[in-house]
Amino acid sequence: MAKVKIEVLFPEFCNLFGDSANVRYLQKCIPDGEFVFTKLSEEPKFLTEDMNLVYMGPMTENTQQMVIEKFMPVKEKLMEKIESGMTFLFTGNALEVLGEYIDDGEGNRIEAVGLFPYHAKRDMYHRHNSEELCEMDGMKIMGFKTQFTQCYPNDENFPAAFTIIKGMGMNLETKGEGYRVNNFIGTYLVGPILLNNPNFTEYMLKLIGAGDYKPAFLEASQAAYDKRLKDFMDKVPDKPAKYKYM
Amino acid sequence: MAGKRNLRFYGALWFAKGTALVLKLIGRKGTSMPGSWAIILCPDFIGRMEKPEKIVCLTGTNGKTTVANMVEDILEKNGYDFVCNKEGSNVPTGIASALIANSTFFGRPKKKLAVFEVDERSSLRIFPNMEPDVLAVTNIFRDSFKRNAHTEYIWNILNTNIPDKTKLILNADDPQGQALKKDNKRVTFGVDRLSYETKEAQNIVKDGSFCPVCRHELNYDFTRYHHIGKFHCDNCGYENPSPEYRAVSVDAENNILHAEVKGEKVDFKLLSDQPIQIYNQLLATAMLSELGMSIDDIKKSFEKQEIAKSRLSISEAHGKTFIRHLAKGQNPVACSRAMENTKNLPGKKGVVLYLDDHFDAESSVENTAWLYDTDFENLRDDSIKQILVGGARHEDVHLRLLLAGVPEEKIVHCEDNMQVLESADMDKCDTFVIFYDVYTIGLSNNAEKRLTEIAAEKEKNNG
Repeated sequence: MAKVKIEVLFPEFCNLFGDSANVRYLQKCIPDGEFVFTKLSEEPKFLTEDMNLVYMGPMTENTQQMVIEKFMPVKEKLMEKIESGMTFLFTGNALEVLGEYIDDGEGNRIEAVGLFPYHAKRDMYHRHNSEELCEMDGMKIMGFKTQFTQCYPNDENFPAAFTIIKGMGMNLETKGEGYRVNNFIGTYLVGPILLNNPNFTEYMLKLIGAGDYKPAFLEASQAAYDKRLKDFMDKVPDKPAKYKYM
Repeated sequence: MAGKRNLRFYGALWFAKGTALVLKLIGRKGTSMPGSWAIILCPDFIGRMEKPEKIVCLTGTNGKTTVANMVEDILEKNGYDFVCNKEGSNVPTGIASALIANSTFFGRPKKKLAVFEVDERSSLRIFPNMEPDVLAVTNIFRDSFKRNAHTEYIWNILNTNIPDKTKLILNADDPQGQALKKDNKRVTFGVDRLSYETKEAQNIVKDGSFCPVCRHELNYDFTRYHHIGKFHCDNCGYENPSPEYRAVSVDAENNILHAEVKGEKVDFKLLSDQPIQIYNQLLATAMLSELGMSIDDIKKSFEKQEIAKSRLSISEAHGKTFIRHLAKGQNPVACSRAMENTKNLPGKKGVVLYLDDHFDAESSVENTAWLYDTDFENLRDDSIKQILVGGARHEDVHLRLLLAGVPEEKIVHCEDNMQVLESADMDKCDTFVIFYDVYTIGLSNNAEKRLTEIAAEKEKNNG
């Protein structure tokens, strides 16, 4: 089997909300994998090299603008890679940079890369925090949201990555969470999603051609998942999604 | 600075004063309730209240309370008459309560000086209504994701709301912090690389790794912890300023901090050789000096000073040492610092981790993300013989410890915070460090008590 190659985009900036642990975890899952860490000042390798997975984590609002500028000149090539079936996992607000625009909530429209038909709207005075339980292909996936934005797809039947069972989707009005095109998966779930969901990690390992590998610390990860899920079902009332902020 | 007073303001003031009186009569202190009522009844109450002549504020992510306690203690011992919010909170209701307590029946200030600790995120509701003459900023770090989001968010709040006329005291070694309000008058405090700082820090979180002026990558000549250190930007020349309050070197054996204040050499009593506490001591020096205290008086005051015990409490019994270490929950940097301190303690250590957020554990599922920004890797040190984990998220902490490389056999975990202590290994450990949050002080006391009992039983059994 060829060596599994994973590119981590802009880790010096795109590392908020513990999500860089997704990569540290993959390093444990695939000990002989090749991990390429590409700085924002460098050219992304996936544009010219084969990658099993391209990962990008959450970032600040200023960084979003820099990442948009970075992707803008190579947007056709990026779309080509998505259409060709290359696997991408974008977490937190990383998926916003590929949408049409970001409304900064102060009357400004920030043009985004424009690959996908959705836009995000910020409210920097209200930070939303919640716990989510979603479903994908029969798998239950748990995660957390901590964000200033809500995301609005142009089409209500948009290709969501997950369906919300309990919690908030891309916005208060939808049960769709995240965005999926071929093997591009973008989700607002942070936490980090791979450590928190051994079933999803197993799915991702297969998707990136690393199905021979198993999630690291599987027993501990499963026990933590089971306990989290139980507490979530027992303690958090099943009410319609509400904007919860601090 | 006081806004126009109206009937609503006086109604709020007198209702709040009445509330304070009732609370005093029933023996409750340290509450922000009078301020809460004042702000509910008159939302711009702080703006309308007449302020003391001089206001000194202290904000930032970590170290605020330690520095505020130190400064207030020294001011008190030197006969200064001032109002502060030590007994209340550092959000608007706490500030309002302190102003009310310090006021006459008609709301005139009784004291001429105020020293307030201000929550950095709440500063947007405080500084537009109360202009500090001097504002000290300890540092800007990643904190609770739920509340503080990220460092740029907090930086923007401070930069937007700090008044133009406020003189700043900034951390010269924090590239983000010292970039605040570039046109304001300022002095800075910084710590030279110390002789025992032989290693570069390797932390998960390094938020200030880019230049706040041109956003190019910063080059670090020395990383003390996270983004604190000696840096320069090759692109625009941004670098540490030469600090007016500078720690030059430390003589830990003789407890001496060799410093320079505005170019003059001065030796202070060293309160702690931990770099984070040296920053706190320097910042306290800067605040006191900017308040007009002479360096000689500050020096004499430090001779009688200790680091606040609420952060670190040490007891010894039955041949064991028990340390209660405050590790603010959901604050990855504060917890990382506490874990590094634990690693550096002498002896064979057992660690008790009570990391759950008290409120989330009761009614929700805590966002575990912050665990993954915290340097649990410090706990895989050979000197740490056992780790006991209690609380609702014990399975998550267990997983985090495994990812950090801590051997499975060193970890004991269960949901019951007290039950887990029964596995404490008194043969392997001679010191136990109990991590607790501000809302779990009682739990940490109980844990210390139970561990002491277990040590006594063990001693008795060993004859």
